[in-house]
Amino acid sequence: MTIKQPGKPDQLGHFGEFGGSFVSETLMHALEELREAYGRWRQDEEFIRRMDEDLANYVGRPSPIYYAARYTEAAGGARIYLKREDLNHTGAHKINNTMGQGLLAHYMGKKRVIAETGAGQHGVASATVAARLNQSCRVYMGDVDIQRQAINVFRMRLLGAEVTGVSSGSATLKDALNEAMRDWVTNVDDTFYIIGTVAGPHPYPEMVRDFNAVVGREARRQMLELGDSLPDALVACVGGGSNAIGLFHPFLEDAGVKMYGVEAAGRGLETGEHAASLCAGRPGVLHGCRTYLLDDNRGQIRHTHSVSAGLDYPGVGPEHAWLKDTGRADYVSVTDDEALAAFHQLTRLEGIMPALESSHALAYGFKLAASMRPDQKVLINLSGRGDKDVQTVAEIEGLSL
Amino acid sequence: MSQRISLCFERAGERGRKLLVPFITAGDPDPGWTVALMHALVAGGADMIELGVPFSDPMADGPVIQLASERAIAKNVDLTAVLEMVSEFRQADTDTPVILMGYMNPIERYGQAKFPGDAKNAGVDGLLLVDCPPEERGDLGLALDEAGLDGICLIAPTTTRERVEKIAGIASGFIYYVSLKGITGAGDQGLPELAGPVGQIREFSDLPIAVGFGIKNAATAANVALHADACVIGSALVETLAVTSSREEACAAAKAFVAPVRESLDNMLK
Repeated sequence: MTIKQPGKPDQLGHFGEFGGSFVSETLMHALEELREAYGRWRQDEEFIRRMDEDLANYVGRPSPIYYAARYTEAAGGARIYLKREDLNHTGAHKINNTMGQGLLAHYMGKKRVIAETGAGQHGVASATVAARLNQSCRVYMGDVDIQRQAINVFRMRLLGAEVTGVSSGSATLKDALNEAMRDWVTNVDDTFYIIGTVAGPHPYPEMVRDFNAVVGREARRQMLELGDSLPDALVACVGGGSNAIGLFHPFLEDAGVKMYGVEAAGRGLETGEHAASLCAGRPGVLHGCRTYLLDDNRGQIRHTHSVSAGLDYPGVGPEHAWLKDTGRADYVSVTDDEALAAFHQLTRLEGIMPALESSHALAYGFKLAASMRPDQKVLINLSGRGDKDVQTVAEIEGLSL
Repeated sequence: MSQRISLCFERAGERGRKLLVPFITAGDPDPGWTVALMHALVAGGADMIELGVPFSDPMADGPVIQLASERAIAKNVDLTAVLEMVSEFRQADTDTPVILMGYMNPIERYGQAKFPGDAKNAGVDGLLLVDCPPEERGDLGLALDEAGLDGICLIAPTTTRERVEKIAGIASGFIYYVSLKGITGAGDQGLPELAGPVGQIREFSDLPIAVGFGIKNAATAANVALHADACVIGSALVETLAVTSSREEACAAAKAFVAPVRESLDNMLK
């Protein structure tokens, strides 16, 4: 693992006007300590070697690039490639980050880790790493999400994690994040907070990006090996934005590669029931950073909606906010219905069942490919597998399993 | 900087009086009670009032103040409404300083440039933003200075000596020392160690020091006042008010809550 640093934020973690450290004073020292530790260990040979070994032998990297021939044929345009993060241990890209942060906690001598989770994927990935590294682990999860994702809750408990329900606010991901912050502020001496996305205070957006950038580095190399040229477009879903930034970042300096981040339009942007912070929000301050977010005209954070729990978040990573404003990446949105259609389509055409999060990227990538020439290439990040969503899909279709 | 805050500390200092600073969430339990509650707190012996601005995602607050925030938001209390409450309070009380305590996003949405002037006009004296350390204040800090509002700085048990010095250099009004690692309303960790950290702040600053978090009653307040110039009591008061069912009952409860605390602080002078 080599961690490159282009697009590095300033010393306080600002990407342009976004990012920063909007936290209570009690955490300022812990963040400083984390910045120093990360700065040191990211260059340490033994740390890098262990990380590389774990990514190869435990996570199962590199994940393949797959040319989706039938999906391509159905779109009738550019060739569609899938980066198979669904094949990672625990079934999504989330493990790239928890592996890195868990190991960092280990090297910092922190015996207790905490995490927030929405759909439960980050919770499972954190509990997995904690089990392996013999760390005690507590996962905060909104009561509503605990109901929706009972299997992941049990999975975390099997792994030895304590799952704590959060009933405040909308009882979803944003409230779980608040509660994890409250835990951290109280137990700051012995606890490492594993944030699951590229949001939060500095250095999280940069650190989580670096741990996920393995996706983009591999993909860039694999695409060159496959056909001697880079893809014309990258497509990834964006909730907080960790899989997208992981794919995008190593391509930022490749001017010919377009980037599309796909947000959750839920029941439609016009209904207000969505989670598209970049497409329909505005800059504000949430969870430690300045970024695009969804709030009302009084500055209260709005409840969001998406069929996909992993995208159901009212903020987004500050680096995405910066990429949007600089025009380097485009942000678009896809509705629940479009994502569900893509879920079925990929399952039937390719025998790959995508996560509902990734289905957003697929829905847009398919449309995009259809508008392009057959000699062009679209690379879609298949960020996770859909097994966890089978129940949700069945319920929507009125079936009980 | 605010005249009212400095005068308030000056007058108290002459008599050796320790300031009592109750915190209530604006609009809780009912928006129509807040101004009356502020007067009742002053009548009971409060020297300064900290008014919480409701926010949907109060990361630094414990369950008591979270719930108070949720109740106030449900009754449509926003920053404009909070400023109106302060204005109304000022019609009958021109001396007691009022500090707003809250989070960044409502200020951002109101307008960072517009807010300090409007707050000053309403009679606000200081602003304490829990999720905005001095590094992130930027233009808001300048606008506060221009309007003559104090931007109150926090110092925590985890703040390094180096940082205490830096914060002391830019703080105005008073310095708020957070007495424990945790959220508001915590404080089953025993009496906090104050002599060392408060002494360290005094090495770098002549500003008065208020201590908050974990102070629940007369006994804990008196312990804090051995070291600090002012004691802030929040969650315990908010919890008391939450179960009242009329304005009169709430005002009586507020007065009854602060009076014994005032008494124990005054007994220290004897």
